[in-house]
This record gives sequence, C-alpha cells and structure tokens, in this order.
Amino acid sequence: MTVAIASGKGGTGKTTVAINLALSLPGPIQLLDCDVEEPNCAIFLKPVMGPAQSIGIPVPQVDESRCSACGECGTFCRYHAIVSFTTIPLVFPELCHGCGGCTLVCPTGAIREEIRSIGTIEEGATGSIAFLQGRLNVGEAMSVPLIRALKSKARREGVVILDCPPGTSCPVISAMRGSDFVVLVTEPTPFGLNDLRLAVEVVRSLGLPFGVVINRADVGDLGVRRYCDDQGIPILMELPDDRRIAEAYSRGLPAAEVIPGVRALFEALGARIAEAAKSRVFAAHSAGSRLDA
Amino acid sequence: MKIVVTAQEETLGAPVDERFGRAAKFLVYDTKTKVSEAVDNTLSQEAAQGAGIQAAEIVSRLGGECLLTGHCGPKAFRALTAAGIRVYNGASGTVGEAITAFQAGKLALASEADVEGHW
Repeated sequence: MTVAIASGKGGTGKTTVAINLALSLPGPIQLLDCDVEEPNCAIFLKPVMGPAQSIGIPVPQVDESRCSACGECGTFCRYHAIVSFTTIPLVFPELCHGCGGCTLVCPTGAIREEIRSIGTIEEGATGSIAFLQGRLNVGEAMSVPLIRALKSKARREGVVILDCPPGTSCPVISAMRGSDFVVLVTEPTPFGLNDLRLAVEVVRSLGLPFGVVINRADVGDLGVRRYCDDQGIPILMELPDDRRIAEAYSRGLPAAEVIPGVRALFEALGARIAEAAKSRVFAAHSAGSRLDA
Repeated sequence: MKIVVTAQEETLGAPVDERFGRAAKFLVYDTKTKVSEAVDNTLSQEAAQGAGIQAAEIVSRLGGECLLTGHCGPKAFRALTAAGIRVYNGASGTVGEAITAFQAGKLALASEADVEGHW
C-alpha cells in the first residue's frame, strides 16, 4: 500500500506525520522523501545512507551537418525547448522535459540525446525502515523526472510512505499520483483551511481517496472541522498542540520515539488509513478529470 | 517592412505592452501599405515556461523584421536573434507613438537582453 502525505500549505506537519507514521507501523516500511527541493526526513530518521546516484534527463543535441532546418522538432516540442526558424534549431536545455519526441520526429537523424543532471537519489535505512530521498540541484526547475525516478525505486511490498512537496502543481501531483491513499495535513487556522481547500481540489481531480490530519489541533478556530463535516471528509487524526512535540521537533527527534502516547496515535492513524484505502469510500467526490503533471 | 509592436489592446492608439513574451497582443504594422493588424498572444501568456520563445515564434511567423517592445529577456532575445528579427527595447506610449519614434530613429537597436528571465 502506498500512502502519500501531502498538504497545500508548507509547514503544516507533513514530515512529522510521515516520519512518525513510518516509525509506528509494523514493517516492512519504505519512506520516500519526495520533497526534493528541501528533503528533511533524514534529519529526524538519521539513516545510514549509501552513495548519491546522479539522475538526469535526456536533452537534445543537434548535429548541424545533418540538420536540414525543416523545423519539425520545434513544431513538436510543446515546451519550446527546441525551436527552429527555418534555421539550425536552438536548444534551451533547462526547458526540456526529456520526452525524446524531437529525436523521433527528426527526419534526418540529426538529433541525439545527452544526459543533463537534475539531481540525485540516495538510499539508506534506519532500523526496519528503508529510506530513499531525492535532492534536486539548486536552481533546477525540472523536479518531476526526479520524483518519478525516486518513486520507481520503491519496491512493491509492505507500506510505502511518500513525504510529498507542498503546493498544488506538478511536483506534488507527480508525487501523489498512483497512491492508494492521500493524507492531507492541515492546521485549524484560516490559512490552513485556505490551502486545505486547494489540496482537496487536487486530490479530487486525481480521483484518489483521502482524509485529513489536523496538526496543532487545539489552536485556531473551527473552520477546518466545519469544512470537513460539510464535505464529508474524514478527519483521521488530531495531533495536539503539545509543547513536548514542539521541543522534540526542535531537537530533530521523532515524537513517537520520545513522547509517551504519540506512537499509539499514529498506530491508530495507520489502521484508519488501511481501512479507508481498502474501501476507497472517500473517492466518492472525485471529479473524474485529470491533471497534467 | 513589417514592424511588430507589443500592445495591451488591438489598436494603434493602445498603450505599448512593456512585456514581450507575455504581451497581450502583437500589432503588425506594414510600412509599405500602412496597414496594421492585431494578433492575439494569449497562448504565450498562459505558457508555464518558454513564453518568450513561443512569442518569438509567433513574431517570426508574422513576418516581423523589427520588434518594438519594452523589455526582452535572454531566451526571447536569443530566439529573436536566431530568427533574424531586430529588437528595439524601451518603446513606450501608444503603439502609434512607438512606430513614429522608431521611424524617426529614436529607438536604439538592442544588442543583448535588457532584463533577466521572469522579470
């Protein structure tokens, strides 16, 4: 079973939920840090990591002696990574999504591909948890191929937990797509509610079953709970605004390992997710449309 | 000669759109016939990335030889140059005023991009 931990808003507690869930469930567990722009699960897990493996995407390189300047490559590329003005094409590697289409449509075989590095993947382990993280090169915009490469390394066994990036666009969609269940982490404030609504739209567009975890549950107002009630969205867990949890976090310690009672909360969360994912009842609101990642 | 001007609306009296890649419209002015034609640029405006390159493709297709605009970023400038289009930055006022200024030699030919991408 693959469980994606996501949120519209950053800083709601995705990593806290992902880490503590991983530590509270019976193995085998795989935890993937898909927040490749700022992976931070390792700070809490302190895994023993293997060497970094470079991940790249194929980008076109034009052999000018073979190019007939027909412009087919530029007509094909929807990202304008290769353009031709009835001239030898110009290549903008940073816009290339690595689909390889230009090499296929080129009638003279003038385009070959070279690999442009976008980041790295590292594999490691801590206790019974297999841990993988992606790390995008600083300044790199193309995170989706790295997230896909990271997910492709997960074995199809046990529970796979994905710590997703925040937001509502390509990175989070590529991270959560194909999951059996999505946990949306929010906080009970107007800011949390605003971004939860956006995240719910994304998950519904993808047609995935989902539920909500409210972090710092005893602050703020009733907006998030009312919204979930109205929309028939299950609240899977409420994590209290407990000073001890904040202190553990500030020291880089997982709450489930140092605070009594926290592990039991996450065990219960795991059971609710397993039950909900099996029945897929929460996909009822799916809009049936698809988002392009 | 065809001059392309970035415009906020579809007439010669419309203000110049300072942006190139994400300009609202392109006004194509033919100096021979003195006829102008407006072309929509919504597709480039909505592009997640590469708007300037796409806009350069449109200007090239329209047969533009000179481009009058406010600012031009590095990718757009590279594409326009490859297409053999001369770029004149710093156009202001209405489209008509920009064309008059260009014809009076008051706009300088750009030799490089004058802004960063995504300015």
